[in-house]
Amino acid sequence: MKLFFSFFTLLGIIVFTTVVFAADTINLGVAGAHSGDLASYGIPSARAAELVVANINSRGGILGKKVNVWTEDDACKPELATNTATRLISKGVHVVMGHICSGATKAALGIYKDMNIITMSPSATNPDLTQSGDYPNFFRTIASDDAQARLEVDFALNVLKLKRIAVLHDKGDYGKGLAEFARKFIQQSNKAELVLYEGITPGAVDYSAVIRKIKRSKAEAVIFGGYHPEASKLVSGMRKKRMDTLFISDDGVKDDTFIKVAKKYAEGVYATGPKDVSNNPMTIQATVEHKKKYGDDPGAFFLNAYSATLALLNAIEKSKSTNYQDIKKALQTQFVETPLGNIRFDERGDAVGVGFSMYQVKNGTYVEVK
Amino acid sequence: MMFSDTFSDSVLYFIELLLSGLTRGSIYALIALGYTMVYGIIELINFAHGEIYMIGAFTALIISGIMTMYGFAGLSVFFTAMIIAVLYSSAYGYTIEKIAYKPLRNSPRLSPLISAIGMSIFLQNYVMLAQTSDFMPFPTLIPDFECLSLIDYMIGGPELVILITTVIVMAALSILIKYTRIGKAMRATAQDKTMAMLVGIDINRMISITFIIGSALAAIAGVLIASYIGQINFYIGFIAGIKAFTAAVLGGIGSIPGAVFGGLVLGLTESFATGYVSSDYEDVFAFALLVLILIIRPSGLIGRKMTQKV
Repeated sequence: MKLFFSFFTLLGIIVFTTVVFAADTINLGVAGAHSGDLASYGIPSARAAELVVANINSRGGILGKKVNVWTEDDACKPELATNTATRLISKGVHVVMGHICSGATKAALGIYKDMNIITMSPSATNPDLTQSGDYPNFFRTIASDDAQARLEVDFALNVLKLKRIAVLHDKGDYGKGLAEFARKFIQQSNKAELVLYEGITPGAVDYSAVIRKIKRSKAEAVIFGGYHPEASKLVSGMRKKRMDTLFISDDGVKDDTFIKVAKKYAEGVYATGPKDVSNNPMTIQATVEHKKKYGDDPGAFFLNAYSATLALLNAIEKSKSTNYQDIKKALQTQFVETPLGNIRFDERGDAVGVGFSMYQVKNGTYVEVK
Repeated sequence: MMFSDTFSDSVLYFIELLLSGLTRGSIYALIALGYTMVYGIIELINFAHGEIYMIGAFTALIISGIMTMYGFAGLSVFFTAMIIAVLYSSAYGYTIEKIAYKPLRNSPRLSPLISAIGMSIFLQNYVMLAQTSDFMPFPTLIPDFECLSLIDYMIGGPELVILITTVIVMAALSILIKYTRIGKAMRATAQDKTMAMLVGIDINRMISITFIIGSALAAIAGVLIASYIGQINFYIGFIAGIKAFTAAVLGGIGSIPGAVFGGLVLGLTESFATGYVSSDYEDVFAFALLVLILIIRPSGLIGRKMTQKV
């Protein structure tokens, strides 16, 4: 049975490859988890690619050629991702939109790099992917994990001009990861002093001891990595102790439950959150297209994948080439209109203009700080 | 040390940490009192105690919500919510004992323990499904008293109320068990159920009363503590319950003053560990202390040495 399938797959590859090269199309590879427990992260991306390509082909394709989509599943597993990459290359893809998970992306990137294939992920947030410099062929339309910490620290140092900052976290993966980045950025900046760095126990009955420690450290602001239940306990506790220490946190706190629970104490709290793109006409259009074709609302990373596909194909069109260097240059220099806004990419591969905004609680709602 | 303080600053900081420790400790103690009382009478670790505490808080939340809607405010809401929460939780405690523990009274000691854990999980999930899994804001039922406005950065109204309630409850329970007729009957039940029955004590009634009092205490703790913290969800009973259980064991499970003492020792340890070392290690210190004390005094800080009944 297995042999039977392999035979057909092989036959398929041969037949299709021949067809592909003969028809001279632009080949877009789409890799990600389309099966397994993380399929819900990958399927929206594949659908996004289908929608974008269908639109482009209905307008006659790019550079006079039709765009072909090749979808391969890696189930978010690094060991499968290398196979996925090899299969896509054997199909002659010019660019790849994927992979979905950071681990799988990392595993596959080396293979694409050797073949000089540009790869753009809609969802891999691991900071190393762009910052290590190991993957010059890598781009992404999602902000990296440290982007929130970066924004929080930059805001505290440059906008609020603070000199003494305390960093707290809830000992969890998410909160502690953010706090570690925040600590690093503060220390690197030399603009402010990190006066306190502590983990608090989530769910504890009260935080008055650590609040007194914050008070003693004379911190002007607390940067907190974690979720809203602890944040609201911390903020209420500080305000009840008549401390006006500023509170800056992340998208785990940028939640209406936080305001509902902390009530008047939530006022003035800063939190970072994804940029609001729901009013962008392209977002609305993409969502409508998805509903029309698949009958439901798009899932995770759909807009990121939609934008990534647009960016890749736009770069090919603008550079009038499928050459690695040409596409890379176009990605870095040409702006492209996407559901995430008007974006281009920096030299490391991160999208400029995609990411987080700072919000502040004003009169009981989060308002974007301009 | 990273902070260069003057001597008076250090003293003030010490006092603040002491107050934090007392607040946290009295929270643990208030929950531990119900735990330890039930254990003292029927030697059952009632794991569902934390859930009764949570149900008490939820009842108070609902009642105060309804009353606020009809325009009531202030202490009347607090007392009504408290009384209804106490009644409701007591009914729960009574029912739980009848359903989950009474049929197992003559089984090996492990069976009621497992039944208690099952009850705890059941109640958590029941509240999660019937109410919500989200955090709910809990109204500040205890006002910040005017007379405290000068020192409320040191200790606020709710903290003080919790501290005082703990002491009152401890005293009242001790008196109840030592000096009243019911207390005498309870102690007799604790010592030997068969003998107690033979001298005409209705042990079923005694055990029910024990559970009703224990649950009432849990409800009082639930309302006061939720009002101090300001948020509740279905899971608060579990976390608070674990710490309260630790406090009860630390002080000597079964001993009423032991629960309060254990709670305060635990709270102070955590507070000073946070203040002078790091809050990363507060649990490490708390449980290291527990291990240490149980090695030196296996029956807890002021627990009686119990002779094993064979």
